[in-house]
Amino acid sequence: MSAQETSTDKSFENSHALDPAATADSQQQIDQEIADLHGGYRAAVESGESKEETQPRINFAPYRSSLLRHPTKNLHHADPETIELWSPAFGERDVHALESDLTIQHNGEPIGERIVVQGRVLDGDGRPVAGQLIEIWQANAAGRYIHKRDQHPAPIDPNFTGVGRAITGPNGEYKFTTIKPAPYPWKNHHNAWRPAHIHFSLFGTDFTQRMITQMYFPGDPLFSLDPIYQSITDQKARDRLVATYDHSVTSHEWNTGYNWDIVLTGSNRTWMEDGEDEH
Amino acid sequence: MAQAPDLKLVPTPGQTIGPFYGYALPYADGHKLVDRAHPGSIRLHGTVYDGKGAVVPDSMLEIWQADEHGNIAQKDGSLVRDGFTFTGWGRVAVDNVGHYTFQTVNPGATDEGKAPFIMLVVFARGLLNRLFTRIYLPEDTAALENDPLLKSLSEEQRKTLIATREENGDLRFDIHLQGENETVFLAYPRNGE
Repeated sequence: MSAQETSTDKSFENSHALDPAATADSQQQIDQEIADLHGGYRAAVESGESKEETQPRINFAPYRSSLLRHPTKNLHHADPETIELWSPAFGERDVHALESDLTIQHNGEPIGERIVVQGRVLDGDGRPVAGQLIEIWQANAAGRYIHKRDQHPAPIDPNFTGVGRAITGPNGEYKFTTIKPAPYPWKNHHNAWRPAHIHFSLFGTDFTQRMITQMYFPGDPLFSLDPIYQSITDQKARDRLVATYDHSVTSHEWNTGYNWDIVLTGSNRTWMEDGEDEH
Repeated sequence: MAQAPDLKLVPTPGQTIGPFYGYALPYADGHKLVDRAHPGSIRLHGTVYDGKGAVVPDSMLEIWQADEHGNIAQKDGSLVRDGFTFTGWGRVAVDNVGHYTFQTVNPGATDEGKAPFIMLVVFARGLLNRLFTRIYLPEDTAALENDPLLKSLSEEQRKTLIATREENGDLRFDIHLQGENETVFLAYPRNGE
């Protein structure tokens, strides 16, 4: 059986359904909408009307799927209570050390550029997030996911599933060995292509720090065309999602290397003097 | 709202989970915080809707809660469930009709007199950042009256956070990403947003 058949999940049969009206829009139309939204943002910041944005807009019309799926009311500010100040625990029982190498999960070598992505997970106060779960998933070197609804006619790699897990080390460090993913087409508009990216799922020390994001590769020519990446209106904030090529992480005749640090939000918990929690 | 001190580092922006997480994040028994045979086991279920009332079949939900005595578990084994340890955490992908089910227990109050709730996080294609909310249990009306978050909401908004108890003891909690019954979603001081 192919990897696709073994990984089929019936619950995702409709997951790729998109508004058919949206798929006719041209890249030019999407680019203009992005330019207008970014222009409006910059003008508001320069005139002092708004402060700098550091997160994506959850309503970003060039990303058509956001239209009916974003809350229209402002997020309600809440003081976190007991359960929210803790996160679920993960450990060696949950994640095997080998799960951070996505190139050894099958019988043969996956096709593509072998890369190492490493970095640290910190909270907003600069404290390392140690012993916590990181999960990644991604397309293969041809831009294909192991997902039933990904019907892009690019080859499946029988030696690459594109799923990895790790537990962060004592200094919040992580390291994944994988294959560089390729761009792939999607149906947001006519001729829409996503920049190459790796999805990251992260937990902090509080559940209020839970997040999912995407890491991109430096110099991608698709950045300016991508409404998901551009939903972050501030250039400095967008840059935070781009990894840095690091030749010291590259190894002789084996892999190229990237660094990418991730900052979660601030912990709401009252910490002990030495930064250790009590349990 | 409490003013929190400034963060030293700016948080990394979030991005959508996208449509193709289904082979990566859901795992066996992710919905099962307890076995069905566990005393006090209940089903927590509901549907995720968009602004037109259509179901959102490519969303993923996670819950995090105290056990029935109000204790917060700090035990690993959340991904590789052993069938005995209560870890308090669950993850589920909704089905083709936007419906989800968790097998869990009613959380106890973590502090005397506090209204018990389950924390919920929503991810979906089209949703550019995760959304936090709370699922309150409907029973302890005195505690609900005194809950600081619920007190700060209108009657209409409050309703969106309180689950319905069904005849068989199950909890029903629907999520409306926008629209008339839009669920109240939360941000926390110090979240940098």
